[in-house]
Amino acid sequence: MAETKSILLVGVGGQGTILASKILSTGLVEAGYDVKMSEIHGMAQRGGSVSTQVRYGDEVHSPVIGVGEADILVSFETMEALRWLDYLKPEGKAVVNDYQIGSAPILMGKADYPEGINEIIEEKVNANIIDAAKIAVELGNPKVMNIVLVGALVKAMNLTDIDWEDVIRNTVKKKFVDINIEALNKGMSAISLGGETSAI
Amino acid sequence: MKKLLTGNEAVAVGAYEAGIHYAAAYPGTPSTEILENIAPYKEEIIAEWAPNEKVALESALGASIAGARSLAAMKHVGLNVAADPFFTAGYTGVNGGFVLVVADDPGLHSSQNEQDNRYYARSAKVAMVEPSNSQEAKDMVKAAIKISEEFDTLVLFRMTTRICHSKSLVEVGEREEVSMKKYEKNLQKYYVAPAVAKQLHVNLEERLKKLEEFSNNTDLNYIEWNDKKIGIVSSGVAYQYAKEVFGKNASYLKLGFTYPLPMEKIKKFAEEVDTLYVVEELEPYLEDQIKAAGIDCIGKDKIPNIWELNSEIVATALLEEEKSIIDYDKSKVVNRPPTLCAGCPHRGFFYGLSKRKDVMITGDIGCYTLGGADPLGAMDTTICMGASISVGHGAKKVFDKYNKDMRVVSVIGDSTFFHTGINSLLDVVYNNSNTITCILDNRVTGMTGHQENPGTGYTLQGDVTKMANIPDIVKALGIEHVKTVNPLKLEDLNKAFDWAFELDEPSVIITRYPCALKKLSEFDKKEFEVPSGTFGVDEDKCIGCKMCVNTGCPAIQFVKEDKKAKIDPVQCVGCELCEQVCPVNAISKVGE
Ligand SMILES: Cc1ncc(C[n+]2csc(CCOP(=O)(O)OP(=O)(O)O)c2C)c(N)n1
Ligand code: SF4
Ligand code: SF4
Repeated sequence: MAETKSILLVGVGGQGTILASKILSTGLVEAGYDVKMSEIHGMAQRGGSVSTQVRYGDEVHSPVIGVGEADILVSFETMEALRWLDYLKPEGKAVVNDYQIGSAPILMGKADYPEGINEIIEEKVNANIIDAAKIAVELGNPKVMNIVLVGALVKAMNLTDIDWEDVIRNTVKKKFVDINIEALNKGMSAISLGGETSAI
Repeated sequence: MKKLLTGNEAVAVGAYEAGIHYAAAYPGTPSTEILENIAPYKEEIIAEWAPNEKVALESALGASIAGARSLAAMKHVGLNVAADPFFTAGYTGVNGGFVLVVADDPGLHSSQNEQDNRYYARSAKVAMVEPSNSQEAKDMVKAAIKISEEFDTLVLFRMTTRICHSKSLVEVGEREEVSMKKYEKNLQKYYVAPAVAKQLHVNLEERLKKLEEFSNNTDLNYIEWNDKKIGIVSSGVAYQYAKEVFGKNASYLKLGFTYPLPMEKIKKFAEEVDTLYVVEELEPYLEDQIKAAGIDCIGKDKIPNIWELNSEIVATALLEEEKSIIDYDKSKVVNRPPTLCAGCPHRGFFYGLSKRKDVMITGDIGCYTLGGADPLGAMDTTICMGASISVGHGAKKVFDKYNKDMRVVSVIGDSTFFHTGINSLLDVVYNNSNTITCILDNRVTGMTGHQENPGTGYTLQGDVTKMANIPDIVKALGIEHVKTVNPLKLEDLNKAFDWAFELDEPSVIITRYPCALKKLSEFDKKEFEVPSGTFGVDEDKCIGCKMCVNTGCPAIQFVKEDKKAKIDPVQCVGCELCEQVCPVNAISKVGE
């Protein structure tokens, strides 16, 4: 019996969480899991806080989880990780992108971007902080940051047996396949580097 | 083959398989994607955006009376708009099967209220089904069409955000090709004059008895026996939460057909279990009826009736177990509210309007509602679609009568104007209030994800059609003072405001410029010069006055350390607004 696992992806509208969760759920379905995925979309504008939940196992009932129920939190943006941290089980894992996007009050100079978030997260949970933006830029396209994070996620959840390259080939436009596969692989190794794998 | 589909996609597939011939809707989250996904079945299904929900429901009813299998879809509050034909359709019944999909929004993810539309089925006395995942969403469209034709009733198909927008696996099948039923003129059924309606009400009560019998026998309402200490009655997504929490430690009476309720079945189930829980989202719709039938149960005493549920909330309410959660200081987290996009034409309009004094600004529902938020703050009210003009009318009448020196500006989007703004503007003319109505025509229905509307020149299924002409409509209603401006040209906009504020008769200002995220149509490309390039701030010139920051463009950041504004070239779309507000000409075009 495969127990149901819950993944929570959070970020800022426009960061590519939707494509990331699509790749993720397609791979999980192909691996034979029952999968449910839930997304909140509705507002057309970009820039709000967004979240996607993906749950998989032998038989998944609820499409959504509540506070304290995620096995892993993958945050595409630093402050969003802190917004959603309580959704994680205390023994859960966090993969946090070291990437900051100011929200409206911050852009207008009415609030400051909070300091020391990475430290709080590392103190509270088993966390890997990675610089997915840097990796993506090194690969030649800042947009593949989301796939770097998918790579880190599948590694952290021990889902590396699934043929993710095949999923990418069937999901993204042809000319972006290679770079996305590279991004995935870089993401996987990003959290095994520096001896941090054992932590996660 | 099984496919991972959202509930909305599954309803569309269900409509295809059920042999639906005609579908109409007005967009509204979380229901919008239903018609968007029916639209590609161009050969088999006529799919249309109606200007509002009342029109959508009436058109679908017309198609049904004519003999076609029909579907209408709307968000929960849309049924308020369509309530009039809805109640009477309960009386007439149908010819071809008729499914009315309504999507409630527990948790108010993108709505102005949290109403529970299950009560509508009960009030209008029509059958109701509620799916709890995507497979059921697909299957129940087919079941609903059958029920509709067998019992001669409209079927309310009630969904919620988490059913509409969650994906789960669905087995996809073939279309059942059915021909249209024969149309026969039948005054005793469709000509609802009082004498006819009197008899129809009698028929309706008889139909309900048959539907109740059906409810007690249908597989849509089924029991899963496990441990009998706890029995759970549930429906919709709440059933999934209950299963997640109790698994095999409880027995379930899962309700898929929820009006009329299968009270016999519920009674029998209740007799077999020690404790009966009713797990439902929002109001005690099931619980009240079950209690009224003399059955003991526990529901809203423990489970909240506000906001959406999830497994954790159900577990906390019913298991009373202490759960450990990560404890930390969340107050550090800064809000991330939605904002108008970089380059949004509404920004220029609200920036200009926000400078006017002694005005009451009655707003409406759409992206432009954000003009009421920080930093623009140019809105006093937003109630429901179309209300801007009529609320403004009433306010202006009493301001004038009782000598309050206030101007009233009513702000409404293009889609919203077509929806229910037109009749309100007629009232402004007819009862003569000196309001300034601003129609923000961004050439699309923006908020719900960029749908075509009567003004865009295209239909839902991509055909070119007549483009409704807003200035002509406004003039035909009797408005004599009409101006159209580009809202991103502040000087022109301000001149238009000056002109309108001076008038002592009602006026209309139309701002016409496409939404920054709209995929431009051939018509748009001909009409508008699309901005290009990006703008930058000359640090030496910038005096840190924050004028540009106060337009609220998300591409502009105020860097506190240097007390200077900075523009993010990735986000800037080159709309030229900030350039116009900078008092020292520090902003100019930097990139192509
Ligand atoms: C009765 C009702 N139907 C539908 C909706 C969903 N809805 C909210 S805003 C909107 C469209 C607004 O479009 P438009 O007026 O063109 O303004 P824009 O968003 O483009 O600025 C819709 C359909 C609603 N809130 N109420
Ligand atoms: S989606 Fe269009 S109308 Fe809505 S905020 Fe963005 S640019 Fe403005
Ligand atoms: S030109 Fe100015 S206001 Fe327009 S998108 Fe660019 S930064 Fe924003």
